[in-house]
Amino acid sequence: MAGEKKIETTGLLGWIDTRFPLTSTWKAHVSEYYAPKNFNFWYIFGSLAMLVLVIQIVTGIFLVMHYKPDAAKAFESVEYIMREVPGGWIIRYMHSTGASMFFVVVYLHMLRGLFYGSYRKPRELVWIFGVAIFLCLMAEAFMGYLLPWGQMSYWGAQVIVNLFAAIPLIGPDLSIWIRGDYVVSDATLNRFFAFHVIAVPLILIGLVVAHIVALHEVGSNNPDGIEIKANKDANGIPLDGVPFHPYYTVHDIFGVAMFLIVFFAIVFFAPEMGGYFLEYNNFLPADPLKTPPHIAPVWYFTPFYSMLRAITDQFAWVLAGLSVLGAIALFLRSNLKGVWRLAVPVVLIVLAVLLRLLDAKFWGVVAMGGAVVLLFFLPWLDTSPVKSIRYRPGWHKVLYGIFIVNFLILGYLGTQPPSPVFNLMSQIGTLIYLGFFLLMPFWSHRGTFKPVPDRVTYKSH
Amino acid sequence: MKKLLGAFALMMLVVAAPLAQAAEGGAPLERAPHRINDLASLQNGAKIFVNYCLNCHSANSVRYSDLRNIGLTDAQIEGNLVFTGESVNDMMHIAMTPADAKRWFGTTPPDLSVMARAKSINAGPSGADYIYTYMRSFYRDASKLTGWDNTVFPSVAMPHVMWKEQGPRTLTKVVVHEAQDENGVPTGAWERVTTVFDEHGYSTVKTEPVDSHIAGHASTQLQFKALDPARAQAFDNQVADLTAFLAWMAEPVQSDRKRIGMWVLLYLALFLVIAWRLNAVYWKDVK
Repeated sequence: MAGEKKIETTGLLGWIDTRFPLTSTWKAHVSEYYAPKNFNFWYIFGSLAMLVLVIQIVTGIFLVMHYKPDAAKAFESVEYIMREVPGGWIIRYMHSTGASMFFVVVYLHMLRGLFYGSYRKPRELVWIFGVAIFLCLMAEAFMGYLLPWGQMSYWGAQVIVNLFAAIPLIGPDLSIWIRGDYVVSDATLNRFFAFHVIAVPLILIGLVVAHIVALHEVGSNNPDGIEIKANKDANGIPLDGVPFHPYYTVHDIFGVAMFLIVFFAIVFFAPEMGGYFLEYNNFLPADPLKTPPHIAPVWYFTPFYSMLRAITDQFAWVLAGLSVLGAIALFLRSNLKGVWRLAVPVVLIVLAVLLRLLDAKFWGVVAMGGAVVLLFFLPWLDTSPVKSIRYRPGWHKVLYGIFIVNFLILGYLGTQPPSPVFNLMSQIGTLIYLGFFLLMPFWSHRGTFKPVPDRVTYKSH
Repeated sequence: MKKLLGAFALMMLVVAAPLAQAAEGGAPLERAPHRINDLASLQNGAKIFVNYCLNCHSANSVRYSDLRNIGLTDAQIEGNLVFTGESVNDMMHIAMTPADAKRWFGTTPPDLSVMARAKSINAGPSGADYIYTYMRSFYRDASKLTGWDNTVFPSVAMPHVMWKEQGPRTLTKVVVHEAQDENGVPTGAWERVTTVFDEHGYSTVKTEPVDSHIAGHASTQLQFKALDPARAQAFDNQVADLTAFLAWMAEPVQSDRKRIGMWVLLYLALFLVIAWRLNAVYWKDVK
């Protein structure tokens, strides 16, 4: 054998270890992966997202065994699962509740990252893979929502696919290409089914693996936002680290127990969750000739949907004006060097012109997509000298609070029919959301920061 | 961080509170009596459903044999509820095709399998409340094609199928609104329009200007008057049974799921205690 490696295990495990890195992988990622000991409540949502992913995949497999991706049969096949397939109702409710709970845990997981600066160097790729997972999840949820073929499924898909038609030049053809028809139809249902059960989950799982591999390469952040690898003992083990197994496995089991209580309370006692997890209108079969009076996406899309609706022709003037102001401000006084000093203001001026040239509907789509894409750049937008919110100035915490409340209000507005007051509110909300991120390079390093400790803050149990 | 969490929780409440909305366009809904666990009511509801509804409306997701779950035997189902020579294992289909229905009624009567769920309103009245109120809100209106209209679903294509059960009624509709000229342009003056539909559906309309203190507040008041109160009351009871049946039919597993759910949560509570202690045992050494 060339390049003989040293194997400490014997017997069957030894036989495997000579041929496959089983023990070493287990050690690297679980039993000797050192995580900071000061994780708090917020650190449970990563594992929970994995749990929900498994729930979705397993329940999804069973649903596919009985579901018919056919416009004439889809709606009734879901009712067939609910009534005649033994245990079908619980599988289906777990899948529908799982979809919403996936977003609950992922939003909280992302918020955790925001609080403690988990996206900062050296964890930029962990964050970027995470945002890509979030995008995949949105695609997965959107396409899955068409499958029950109810009124909301149908008209929600119709509205969203029509958005692509707003893209200049290629838009109308693109939306037909996506639908495979001039309206949402059987062809659309079949391709969405293919994407929902095969294409997107494959990408999703790949990204989850990349997310974890990247995380384990650099090590976990913690609520203090300091690197535990800076303080190691004689054996090279971080002084403030504990092995993931058994410490965080038992921790996670505890978190899983709490989560499952909430999860199954919903599954068994409120599967519709008041019409927000399973929309009532979706119990009416899709009818291409009958547009519902009020079309709203499921709750997890509503903050972004609000931003889409916020961009009106008038509001495009406001955005164009702000772009020009931004260009002038950047040109006159900024730290940008060399070619950037001219390039960024020019890009902003071009943006301002385009904002007036192209249809507001297109900019609505850009705002909605941009609100997510913006997250990719967070590691470079944040210029604060500390990672964790714990050591930021008080007014930073207020800004984070405003951001969260604003996001929730946008979410609420997205569920409501449009009205002049609500439109104005979502326009202000959109500015707050975009401003929070885009102005980060200007505010995030200002203020008096508290001293960051050398070692993590931890009170033993 | 604690403060942030507190503010977060508070905002959740503020955002969640105003989610309740009223029904679209129609009259406010009454609460349906809760009879979903009353087998006698469900069986009576099934009888009414099969006799009155299951000719124009289908229930394509429901099997006759599902009625075993509300305490009926196959013989009872076959003898009393299956009228067209089908087997108890058939679905509740109807003979009328959607195309014919469209031609005859102007619209296809919807399938009722899950209607009680579809008619619920987010964080508001349930679909059962809707059906209970809707079924009791028909009034005679001679100007309509069917001779009937409904306050919950204005201009509905469905006639009052159970009108004989309810007996004659009159409706007094009092609408306060801003007056409009013949072109539909608001005139700025406010008026109260009282429309009385008699038991034959002929209406009399009285329009009067309103006091200045009411002006500015548009309102609609509806007052039904049963000319045979005893019959109307018995009808309410029948509709309550029918509503309970439709609510059961929309999700036959609903009682089972709550029963099983109790055990699942009890188990998880126990598991939580064990997981909590297990966690504490491991972590007590971490200093």
